[in-house]
Amino acid sequence: MKINREQVEHVARLARLALSEAELDTLTVDMDAILGYVEKLDELDTGHIIPTAHAVPVENAFREDVIGTSIGTDKALQNAPEASDSCFVVPKVIE
Amino acid sequence: MTSRYEVVIGLEVHVQLTTATKIFCGCATSFGSQPNSQTCPVCLGLPGALPVLNRKVVEYGIKTGLATNCSIAPRSIFARKNYFYPDLPKGYQISQFELPICEHGRLDIEIDGKTKSIGITRIHMEEDAGKLLHDSNDSSRVDLNRACTPLLEVVSEPDMRSSDEAIAYLKKLHQIVVYLGVCDGNLEEGSFRCDANVSIRPWGQKEFGTRAELKNINSFRFIKQAIEYEIERQADILNEGGTVIQETRLFDTASGTSRSMRGKEQAHDYRYFPDPDLVPLIVSEDWIEQMRRELPELPETKIARFVNELGITRYDAEVLASDRAMAEYYDSLVALNGNAKLCANWVMGELQRALNDTGVAIVDCPVSSPMLAALLKRIDDNTLSNKIAKTVFDAMWQSGKEADVIIEEQGLKQVTDTSAIEAAIDEVMAANPDQVVEYRGGKDKLMGFFVGQVMRATKGKANPQALNELLKKKLAGE
Repeated sequence: MKINREQVEHVARLARLALSEAELDTLTVDMDAILGYVEKLDELDTGHIIPTAHAVPVENAFREDVIGTSIGTDKALQNAPEASDSCFVVPKVIE
Repeated sequence: MTSRYEVVIGLEVHVQLTTATKIFCGCATSFGSQPNSQTCPVCLGLPGALPVLNRKVVEYGIKTGLATNCSIAPRSIFARKNYFYPDLPKGYQISQFELPICEHGRLDIEIDGKTKSIGITRIHMEEDAGKLLHDSNDSSRVDLNRACTPLLEVVSEPDMRSSDEAIAYLKKLHQIVVYLGVCDGNLEEGSFRCDANVSIRPWGQKEFGTRAELKNINSFRFIKQAIEYEIERQADILNEGGTVIQETRLFDTASGTSRSMRGKEQAHDYRYFPDPDLVPLIVSEDWIEQMRRELPELPETKIARFVNELGITRYDAEVLASDRAMAEYYDSLVALNGNAKLCANWVMGELQRALNDTGVAIVDCPVSSPMLAALLKRIDDNTLSNKIAKTVFDAMWQSGKEADVIIEEQGLKQVTDTSAIEAAIDEVMAANPDQVVEYRGGKDKLMGFFVGQVMRATKGKANPQALNELLKKKLAGE
């Protein structure tokens, strides 16, 4: 087993996914199979290879520090389920 | 009894950068605008929006690294730190994890007259989160203007052993980032935020004790209080045979105590991974050298130069170098006047007093360094006594006029012409015959009386040395 049911539950909780018992069963089997497949890579010696950080061989994409266009408060809040006083409104968060 | 334990402190400082725009988009970073007005698809985390790195953030990162003796990574990458919170629209914060831009630095602090080196583990670039407003009972409000504002996180080694060392380190770091111009240093507005990791251990124990993390404290005084409270709290727990638990605590400035912060994910499991939206950052030697050339003279170097080359005291040098604008004013004044000690006295004395009284910043000061140099020249050439020069300085401050104009307008030229002073002395002696007799009878104390009278007669303009000499002669009957 590459992954167990508890680990799937943990990852689901971190991703805020509510999974049914049946889904947890299926996902545990599927994810275990996926990880088992990827594990094939362990057969190669990658000790001397720099870990890939990006799939495209491009470096240093910059923008200059020049103010561009903001979309403004009204547009920013356009799709908010709830808004007031120029702000997004969310359920009470207690620190 | 705190002294049974050794204190171990490590600090994480978030330095907000003074760039005009955010780290990954062109929205402005200015403080105090209408909520959510400085937003765009990138900083709102809308689907499909792509972040592009602000070049200036990298430059500021390199400069801060060089100024804190770090090595600059030739290759660094951005990572996603995943967690859910309403102030974080994407569900992850773009930060750096495995390959930060700077590592292995140090800052030297002065503590009880000794120098101590505090290690800097790393400095990385990241975006800030938005701002949460908790002003109603059943909901919170979110302002994303601050989301995506560029930060440098400076992480120290757990090298500090007292709250005083922690504060000395923070002040040093604060001074450096303000000198570099990468941060405005405003603690109240959150431009320089500190988290402290505090633990204690019995003296001689090798392993660190369990630490508590104190979050986001926004003044040097409160940081000291929070650390000292935490030391006492942990000592009490250990003394009662208890165990300190690893937790994040929030310091309440009103009560001077802290409480455990719950509600955030207890087990931090951020699942960092390289952000596929951002390409690796390669910093060439040329770029590093260019940034090194752009570094201003830093406080330590400045203090050493003031002491060794200008010959002023270390204390004066530290005061003058504490603020970059003041140090630059002083430097240009000395370049014009040459008398380093006189210049130091005036900058730290009259100028500083006037700045404090009026709340004016030195860069907006109405008496520029060439203007002050022209005034000091009038002391050097005996046109003004030091005392009258102060009056002229005040008039310059009020009117913005040059010293010579004020001296001319108000007729403040010091009288060095001996005949004029002699005439005044004669008048005073004639008007006070009894005192002259008493003085000649041995009452030396009356000298002060005569000096005062002659000064008054010349409206304070008599050259003090000339006056004293002439007066002594005349009173002695010569």
